[in-house]
Amino acid sequence: MSYLAMTAEIVSFSGHNGDEGEAYYARPSGNGPFGGVVLIHHMPGWDDWTAEAARKLAHHGFACIAPHLYFREKPGTPDDCAARARAAGGVSDDQVMGDVSGCADFLRSLPHSNGKVAVMGFCSGGRQSYLAGCRIANLDAVVDCWGGAVIVDDPKDLTPQRPVAPIDLSENLTAPLLGLFGNDDPRPSPDQVNRHEEVLKTLGKTYEFHRYDGAGHGFFASERPGYRVEQANDGWRKVYAFLGSNIGPAATVD
Amino acid sequence: MCSYIVEEVALTGSAKGQAGWMSVDTANVYFDHPYHASLDHALGIDFINRKDGARERVAIEISAESARELAKAMLAALERGEMEHGALEHI
Repeated sequence: MSYLAMTAEIVSFSGHNGDEGEAYYARPSGNGPFGGVVLIHHMPGWDDWTAEAARKLAHHGFACIAPHLYFREKPGTPDDCAARARAAGGVSDDQVMGDVSGCADFLRSLPHSNGKVAVMGFCSGGRQSYLAGCRIANLDAVVDCWGGAVIVDDPKDLTPQRPVAPIDLSENLTAPLLGLFGNDDPRPSPDQVNRHEEVLKTLGKTYEFHRYDGAGHGFFASERPGYRVEQANDGWRKVYAFLGSNIGPAATVD
Repeated sequence: MCSYIVEEVALTGSAKGQAGWMSVDTANVYFDHPYHASLDHALGIDFINRKDGARERVAIEISAESARELAKAMLAALERGEMEHGALEHI
């Protein structure tokens, strides 16, 4: 079902350490109730693509909040804030988890919420989504779009901001997981995705992985040469179906 | 995958941004998904003044091929320029 009418606006949320952050919030019009999605942007910043993805999710019936993970670097435009965060080595996993958790609380507090929340992200946001699934309680679904560094092969890649490889926390994953990957992506590589899947199977987790031939990293990004229309169209359909089953109206019917 | 790798270069000079000319003391150089350029990956350079708190920046995002051509052009301009200015000093 499509929701042609929606509201999209900038909202405040209570993030890590109680810091007041800003987020892009798009939701279908009407009383719902709607499942909610916390959408995590990638390293280069809180950008047009993130807002577009949030609106796509709202169009398909989900209330979506996309926090600006670098709001603490203001003043400046989102890309200026991202540049400062990058120069500092990125933001810490603890801070991102605090902000994501605050956004999940925001979604559940709304009168049109059905109480269910998913987390979804692209690239470094995919990694952080997986991490959220392992660290934040009471999430109802996780969508990892080509998150690299879930598996860390070189210990030197662990930093004070990102001290733990998310794969090492997989035992704590309780929500169903959807993973989308391009088979031409070097990071995560097909081998790393295989190893990720082995861990999930061993632990008996509920998951579905979809891998796309002819697609590399970031193949949903319609503004970049790596965009792959057929693979992206299929991938989005998988996202809508997965979210519908886990946080949509069907998921709340007793 | 997004990268947090940044090569930092201390430098002396000025850059012109939205607010006009400013002193710069650092260039942060990285290769990652761009914010604006229609590329999958771009060589990014942020010229900032770290001593002044890095509030302003002058930024570029260019392709890897362009970055290599730019590096060659920079070295060529320096070589020729230093020779010519050295020649002028003898006039």
